[in-house]
Amino acid sequence: MVLFVWPWPSRLFIMLGVPTLQEIIQLDEAGLVEALQRGDDAVFTVVMDWYSGSLLRLAMAYVPSRAVAEEVVQETWMGVLEGIARFEGRSSFKTWLFRILTNRAKTRGTRERRYEPFGLPGSDFEGDEGPSFEDSLFVAEGSGKGYWIDPPQGWEPDTPERALLSKECRTAIEVAINGLPDTQRQVITLRDVEGVSAEEVCNILTISETNQRVLLHRARTKVRRVLDPYVRGGNL
Amino acid sequence: MDRNFKQQLMGYLTGNFSCQDIAELITDYLEGSFTLTQRLRFQMHIGLCVACRNYLRQMKYTVAILRKLPAEPVPPHMKEELLKRFRTWKHEQPSSGSSSDS
Repeated sequence: MVLFVWPWPSRLFIMLGVPTLQEIIQLDEAGLVEALQRGDDAVFTVVMDWYSGSLLRLAMAYVPSRAVAEEVVQETWMGVLEGIARFEGRSSFKTWLFRILTNRAKTRGTRERRYEPFGLPGSDFEGDEGPSFEDSLFVAEGSGKGYWIDPPQGWEPDTPERALLSKECRTAIEVAINGLPDTQRQVITLRDVEGVSAEEVCNILTISETNQRVLLHRARTKVRRVLDPYVRGGNL
Repeated sequence: MDRNFKQQLMGYLTGNFSCQDIAELITDYLEGSFTLTQRLRFQMHIGLCVACRNYLRQMKYTVAILRKLPAEPVPPHMKEELLKRFRTWKHEQPSSGSSSDS
């Protein structure tokens, strides 16, 4: 009997639209900041739980090891506590949080000799110039110029679900992301993996809208290329 | 349909957007940074070209897959350490300190 009854209280909350603590925090950013300023343990725990995974993923796009990335995330939260009293809400809390992370991660990455800022010689920033990496997919000359050499096949509608269920495929995606140039990796991590808006990504990484789009495009194209053989080969 | 004829027809209808142009502009399209005319030409090409339609769908699925990747696991020791530091920070605050714990 208990088995039939126990899920009902939570279902009742859902039916009545009682929000979770996470939803309250998301809806009431001023309240969140105020709670952190006065040192609310519960709110800090939820916010930390909620964002640390995302912060860790982004930090790994700047520094060479997971251990260093974890330290960067810890430093970021300390930065949040140092700065929360002065937070004025000119950007969203999330943008502010990610910016603290990118600043600390850049400093740390430079120290670890991996990360080089945008635009410096030897940096992996790829702008609009240079030959397109998509050239090899298309007929270069003659009457069929610009046409697909090997036309893309249709992916079945359940491809995303199957790809996510396949451990091998998930690993291949992670490896593909990790192998991207840092700037592309930062953009695709924020935009696609974490679902941050284009405008916020530009603010967090201090790049132009056009650069954001170019980097995102190149990163997505490479990940799609990695996925294609899995889908086509029926390995999912 | 003869491939050359098809390409000529598509070139005429789509303002000479080639398949390569489509592939290179696909993120601009998905990001909504096109003018109305560019958008219409792009959609016209997509409507006529199965290969590019497949490619667009593949890119959309790629984004959908990325969006649902499992979250990066945060080690419990890190959370504990952070909470400890938070409590230390709270006690060092001049006026707030014990005011509220919900």
